[in-house]
Amino acid sequence: MADASTPFRIKGATGDWEVVIGLEVHAQVTSNAKLFSGAATTFGAEPNTQVSLVDAAMPGMLPVPNRECIRQAVRTGMAIDAQINKWSRFDRKNYFYADLPQGYQISQLYHPLVGEGAIEIEVGDDTKTIGVERIHVEQDAGKLMHDQHPTRSYVDLNRSGVALMEIVSRPDMRSPAEAGAYLTKLRSILRYVGSCDGNMDQGSMRADVNVSVRKPGEEFGTRTETKNVNSIRFVMQAIEHEAARQVEVIEAGGRIVQETRLFNPDSGTTRSMRSKEDAHDYRYFPDPDLLPLELDEAFLDECRASLPELPDVKRARYEGLGITPYNAQVLTAEVESARWFDALLDAGAKPAAAANWVTSELFGALNRLGKSIGESPVTPGQAAELLALVADGTLSGSLAKQVFEAMLETGDAPGKIVEERGLKQTSDTGAIEAVIAEVLAKNPGQLEQYRGGKVALFGFFVGQTMKAMGGKANPAVVNDLLKKALG
Amino acid sequence: MSVDTATVRRIAGLARIAITDDEAARLAPELGNILDWIEQLGEVDTAGVEPMTAVIPNHLRLRDDVVTDGGVRDKVLANAPQAEHGFFTVPKVIE
Amino acid sequence: MTALTDLGIAAIRNGVRDGDFSAREVAEAFNAAVAAARPLNAFLVETPDHALAAADAADQARAAGETLRPMAGVPIGMKDLFCTKGVPTTAASHILEGFTPEYESTVSQNLWNAGAGMLGKLNLDQFAMGSSNETSYFGDVISPWRRNDGGNAPLAPGGSSGGSSSAVAARIAPGATGTDTGGSIRQPAAFVGISGIKPTYGRCSRWGTIAFASSLDQAGPMARDVRDCAIMLEAMAGFDAKDATSLDLPVPNWEGQLNASLAGKRVGIPKEYRVDGMPAEIEALWQQGIAWLKDAGAEIVDVSLPHTRYALPAYYIIAPAEASSNLARYDGVRYGLRDLPDGANLQEMYARTRAEGFGDEVKRRILIGTYVLSAGFYDAYYTQAQKVRTLIARDFERAWEVCDVLLTPTAPSAAFALGEKSADPLAMYLNDVFTVPSSLAGLPAMSVPGGVDASGLPLGLQVIGKPLDEQGVLNAALAIEERAGFTARPAKWW
Repeated sequence: MADASTPFRIKGATGDWEVVIGLEVHAQVTSNAKLFSGAATTFGAEPNTQVSLVDAAMPGMLPVPNRECIRQAVRTGMAIDAQINKWSRFDRKNYFYADLPQGYQISQLYHPLVGEGAIEIEVGDDTKTIGVERIHVEQDAGKLMHDQHPTRSYVDLNRSGVALMEIVSRPDMRSPAEAGAYLTKLRSILRYVGSCDGNMDQGSMRADVNVSVRKPGEEFGTRTETKNVNSIRFVMQAIEHEAARQVEVIEAGGRIVQETRLFNPDSGTTRSMRSKEDAHDYRYFPDPDLLPLELDEAFLDECRASLPELPDVKRARYEGLGITPYNAQVLTAEVESARWFDALLDAGAKPAAAANWVTSELFGALNRLGKSIGESPVTPGQAAELLALVADGTLSGSLAKQVFEAMLETGDAPGKIVEERGLKQTSDTGAIEAVIAEVLAKNPGQLEQYRGGKVALFGFFVGQTMKAMGGKANPAVVNDLLKKALG
Repeated sequence: MSVDTATVRRIAGLARIAITDDEAARLAPELGNILDWIEQLGEVDTAGVEPMTAVIPNHLRLRDDVVTDGGVRDKVLANAPQAEHGFFTVPKVIE
Repeated sequence: MTALTDLGIAAIRNGVRDGDFSAREVAEAFNAAVAAARPLNAFLVETPDHALAAADAADQARAAGETLRPMAGVPIGMKDLFCTKGVPTTAASHILEGFTPEYESTVSQNLWNAGAGMLGKLNLDQFAMGSSNETSYFGDVISPWRRNDGGNAPLAPGGSSGGSSSAVAARIAPGATGTDTGGSIRQPAAFVGISGIKPTYGRCSRWGTIAFASSLDQAGPMARDVRDCAIMLEAMAGFDAKDATSLDLPVPNWEGQLNASLAGKRVGIPKEYRVDGMPAEIEALWQQGIAWLKDAGAEIVDVSLPHTRYALPAYYIIAPAEASSNLARYDGVRYGLRDLPDGANLQEMYARTRAEGFGDEVKRRILIGTYVLSAGFYDAYYTQAQKVRTLIARDFERAWEVCDVLLTPTAPSAAFALGEKSADPLAMYLNDVFTVPSSLAGLPAMSVPGGVDASGLPLGLQVIGKPLDEQGVLNAALAIEERAGFTARPAKWW
């Protein structure tokens, strides 16, 4: 893969090709009930137990929209600085499939809820703005299972009618890395806003990947759409494979057909979806069971006021506090980490030191233990206490590590651990001088060599002193006193 | 507007209604007549007119985000032509 | 002594309340009449026990000295387009044969809450698509009327609420629910000499009512006079949170405010409703209606609704378009008919099920609807039709500046014979010419019998009112009813 400074190219037989990528992300809205019915949205329930008669499209059933689903879409739009449309409308997208009980999906084609916005991404050292064309709300479909029976497919409508936000990017991406960065950033924003949990493996966030190729500077080529890719890694793989495939086809004299494809994670390839139906004439028209959606200023004000500090703003604030850009990026990538860190700052920890400690010590420990930050045995309050004990000289760096290990094991506060285990470092000059005198007395040979010019042995005496004091001597004081004692 | 049998078959395909050649041949002039008659709407000058969006002035009401429904699998499956283990079943689909 | 089955809703309600007879006697009488009238083919399902249970509840309440509910003791017929819990509901289609809803429509539940009982489910044009009740999978409904030429040709009861109109006219139900999308309450009411009102769009909930065209469908009562319609409409109507198009307004006391004096009211006569080839008798009845309303104190005003003639073609774009989408759910997966030949795949199952399950007229309308929404045609047809619809609504709004109600004929002819118009779908569509414009504009509109034609068949007059002014419509209709003195009734041929 190219680094940020050289553009991504597919090397073909006839030269270099540029890849043009657009992403349509379907994000399940976090809400208690579905978009147009009062059935629950929780994942993993027994089949058809979260289905109302409306979701099952019984004769005479009617949709009534859920305010929270609308609110979440508006908040998401605001988080990407998008235009919010106070007047929007629902349209029916008509097609026949067993996961679509009504024979149409209620969506928004002509007048979406959210208009143009933008998401900033970083690839390497470069920043790029990816345009978002629109966000609209629509119903999710049910689930079909094809592997339960030799001749039958099973239909579960639990997911049918759950609210989705469809977030459509402009075709502004030019490499798999950019696509990956866009999805990572979008997912982070959604989780900050709380409008979607971004669990791609559970299917609450899926991407349709539009890919086309062209010689740099030429018109856009024909694009294909690879549907329902459910991991960022797979998206990047799909792009690489599909772009390469298209280049091969074109260079062999063929033409790209605008079609829908599926990504196979096992083979890392895309294949055309077998569909005998018309090139998708969905016959969109305004849903006559619903009136146009009108939002007032009070509603929009509440949405705006409810937004948390977003990742880019938070990152800039951290940098302003003296945290390194790298640490600021790491800390704000996931909303849970950022909130944990904010709590740590609120408990009085000094920003730069705290950032270093969290990104190396805490994250290292959590990785080792296989825990997420939400499962951390150590609380921000306790971490702040630990950092304060280092700052005021009670603990050395190495003692702090010991205490931290004990905190992870027991969940106890550092003060308690230091007390119980007597882990305070001592700066008692008298005690240290006495130990230094002993060490020098016990090691006459090394002392002579040191006095003879082997200055590297200073470290040996430091080590011996620290060992004799059970690691609890303040290293800086040991250094000073040793220098004095050695003359 | 004359409608040929190929068009009738295409539309019937979109609507998922199987039709025989005889039916297509019968329907083509019938639909053609109706569409011819509908054509006269084109005469009306609708410049600057908005399509109707709400028959009687009304506001779209939004519901509260509360779970008030579901948990009625028996009712949902009660009229199913074929159901097993809590699922509707259909002929196996190959994607 | 009047047979109980000759009594209307008000008379039954009052009689039960006053102890003139028991509700059970009434229910038994109508149950027997229903059973004896099977040649009409008005009822698809008879539910005598439902009627008896409601009657017993009314009798018990009366015995206990409780205030009776508004329709206590009144048994009615329920058009088989309303989902009734535990009772098969078919929309007169093979595709829903055997479907038994696990839920009750809001409108029917409102009626049961008001104390009414159900005599049975009434036949209709399949999925409410038709003007003669000749498209039902379960056979035509035959009008209780015959022409006076001695020919005995079976006549159409009008449609789509043909079972409802026949039942009421034949005195086998004092009232029946209907639905009206383009005239399906008013036109059948006119054909059989009864009254029927389509309220303002949104007055009655559509939840649990099998959808034909969502922006047009409205439930309404069909009964023998205006007062009965008012009583029944009060029971049927009301806000329903489960229907996003439902009007959140209290239900007025329509019966209590009935007033046949039209002093100070202006009645508009729209000139575009005088169509080419209109039978002289219909024109004469219209003139007669004008005279009656003048007599009631109204001022008569000529008005123009310039886009009237585009209403039918606009309707036959919008209604089929919405229907083509509303009927997509009938696919053999979750309920109703499934036609699965050996080795057929999912899409083939859909195509075969729907081919087997839908009647010809339903297929025709689905195809028209699919066509007008399809790529390349959407703007020319659907968008244009919705714009014309706006213009039609505007025509009415302008008319309301100079009048309070409009008076027109209900139908361009009296009832025709079964089979007479079924060869040409277009000829059948023209039946709706007077009723469709007010449907497109969502206005309340009512048909009342005005007289009979030379063949002895009923002719109806239509009153159209402003949005939410059902009272104005009922009052003008009452003024006509009082002066028309319509007492003709079909001679029992069954």
